[in-house]
Amino acid sequence: MNAPLIRTVALTKDYLLGDTRVPALQGVSLEIARGEFVAVMGPSGSGKSTFMNLLGCLDHPSGGEYWLDGEAVARLSDDALAGLRNRRIGFIFQHFNLLPRTSALDNVALPLLYRGLALADRHARAAQRLAQVGLTERAGHHPAQLSGGQQQRVAIARALANDPALVLADEPTGALDSRTGIEIMALLQTLNRDGMTIVVVTHEHDIAAYASRIISFLDGRVVNDRPNTPHDASADLAALPDPAAA
Amino acid sequence: MKMPPHARNNNSLPSPGGTHGSFGRPGAAMNFYATLLIALKALRVNLLRSALTMLGIIIGVAAVIIMIAVGSGAQEKVEAQIKSLGSNLLIVFSASASQGGARSAAGATHTISEDDAYAIARELPEYLVGAAPTLRGSGQVVAGNSNWSTTFYGITPDYFEVRAWTLADGRYFDPAEINGAAKVAIIGQTVATSLFGDESPIDQVIRIRNVPLTVIGVLAGKGQNLSGSDQDDVVLMPISTARNRVLGATVLAKSRSVGSISIKARDGVDLKIAEEKVRDLLRQRHRLQPGQEDDFNLRNLTEILQAREDSSRVMAMLLAAVASVSLLVGGIGIMNIMLVSVTERTREIGLRRAVGAKSGDILRQFLIEAITLSLIGGLIGVLLGSLGAELIGALAEWPIKLSPFATALAVSFAAAIGIFFGYYPARQAARLSPIEALRHE
Ligand SMILES: Nc1ncnc2c1ncn2[C@@H]1O[C@H](COP(=O)(O)OP(=O)(O)O)[C@@H](O)[C@H]1O
Ligand SMILES: [Mg+2]
Repeated sequence: MNAPLIRTVALTKDYLLGDTRVPALQGVSLEIARGEFVAVMGPSGSGKSTFMNLLGCLDHPSGGEYWLDGEAVARLSDDALAGLRNRRIGFIFQHFNLLPRTSALDNVALPLLYRGLALADRHARAAQRLAQVGLTERAGHHPAQLSGGQQQRVAIARALANDPALVLADEPTGALDSRTGIEIMALLQTLNRDGMTIVVVTHEHDIAAYASRIISFLDGRVVNDRPNTPHDASADLAALPDPAAA
Repeated sequence: MKMPPHARNNNSLPSPGGTHGSFGRPGAAMNFYATLLIALKALRVNLLRSALTMLGIIIGVAAVIIMIAVGSGAQEKVEAQIKSLGSNLLIVFSASASQGGARSAAGATHTISEDDAYAIARELPEYLVGAAPTLRGSGQVVAGNSNWSTTFYGITPDYFEVRAWTLADGRYFDPAEINGAAKVAIIGQTVATSLFGDESPIDQVIRIRNVPLTVIGVLAGKGQNLSGSDQDDVVLMPISTARNRVLGATVLAKSRSVGSISIKARDGVDLKIAEEKVRDLLRQRHRLQPGQEDDFNLRNLTEILQAREDSSRVMAMLLAAVASVSLLVGGIGIMNIMLVSVTERTREIGLRRAVGAKSGDILRQFLIEAITLSLIGGLIGVLLGSLGAELIGALAEWPIKLSPFATALAVSFAAAIGIFFGYYPARQAARLSPIEALRHE
């Protein structure tokens, strides 16, 4: 258990735009230990999403190595990567990416479907995860009937469905107002306190402040990697004026 | 320097190993039933669009069902008809009789005679089973207070075998009765029930044109022929009786002429050759010069019936053309809608890939969706086609035969179309890169 959850060595990714080679990632070597809460920052186009896609086993690197929980991932087949994503990684997106016209419960159960669990099992587990994000009452609601914050919490519950080793969130607060954004960060901090390793991409310093480590990207390279004393999102939330009272 | 990792606390999350251990290997393919539910749900979202997409398949399958129902109905009827007429049947009509029908017999001179029939039977035994001369007439049959309008035939014993008649009751004519113009008759089922109801007609007396005839037998029923006339509405009597007693005063009674001769060729004999032999013999007997037209009409009845079957086959071919065009159009419609659906749901595909769907899972999902679409269309088509066939049967009075085989064929054809036309869109979906798909607007 002392091995890092994530280890990359000289990870590179080139995109081909016509005949030109766009080096989106130019040799990233880093380690992320179990239980860390990492914020990835950097200007637009610096390679943050590219890096997250590689960490999330959604794409093959052009070069370098990537070990996830000791398993070499860089040259696995597409199907093997799909299995890895299913069991080891939870994704949270800027725009939630919930299935429309599908209940919160079924949205949360989606990863369990691809694990081959029976329906009753899927629903039992999904209900557990919804409870964990405080949305038991909304299990039957469709995304359109939920607020942005609630939708993102459903997405978080879905990310947790298969009890992953790693949660990756690319701008999870980007589509939310600042208060709801802090609520989401508070939820992620709670998960992190329970031991979940979390990597969040953000370009907001206020959001990065809730992480325990901040990695900065520029032009496809890591230019800064420092520990951070995290703000307590719950405390910040308590300090804000109550929107219900206003 | 990094923050020390927190000790892992699993209190709220059961370990995956514990829960999924009994479900086989991790990441096992999702089950079929779940995929089917996803497909049904996707189709329900765009109900009208799905219905319109199915239309081509519905029409195509309905046409297939009607086509087979009409085709096999006609075929079955023709087969039954050939069987009831007697197979390998040639008929020689007197030239005039064949033009004017029965009633012309009274005034016309018939060009063929009883002796032609006996000569045919005598000269061509290696080709023929028998040759039966018949005299035909029509009129009222009276028994007690009942009367019935029917057709009667004067016949010889060969008639029964040649025209495939058997008895339900009573006995055949004996040779003495045939030659001696005996006042006896064998009646068809329709005549029997019309005149005698449930009573036995045997030994009862019927009158035709005031000639009393004793019923000695009742024919087994044959039902309607292809043109819908009742074959059981008939009275048979010895040819001499018909000629000398019933048709009586007419011209033809004085000669040996007959209206027609039914001839049955031997099994295995080429009907064309038998036909030629009969024609040659008749031309020779009638002293016709080469180049001179036949003074009789020689018909191959089986051929005529098969020609009718062919015409219903033309109808079936037409329906087959309609069916294949609509099925093709339906298939292309499915492909089109599935391609639209793949584009519309690109983000959904990306998401499914992100949470663990393999490209095979996506392929299967869209393929099952296309098959579901075509199968539902196929089942609706079977329903409408069966109704349509029944309707055609009722309105046009065509023989219709619905077969489970045709239904199974049409439904599996619909499914095959779903697979064929759904494969390309499904493969497009499966080939999407998860990242590209997730980024899709
Ligand atoms: N699919 C792609 N094809 C070509 N170039 C790409 C593609 N995705 C990203 N890039 C390029 O790679 C670089 C890094 O992009 P990205 O990782 O999305 O940056 P960030 O998320 O930090 O904004 C950018 O220059 C971007 O234009
Ligand atoms: Mg980005």
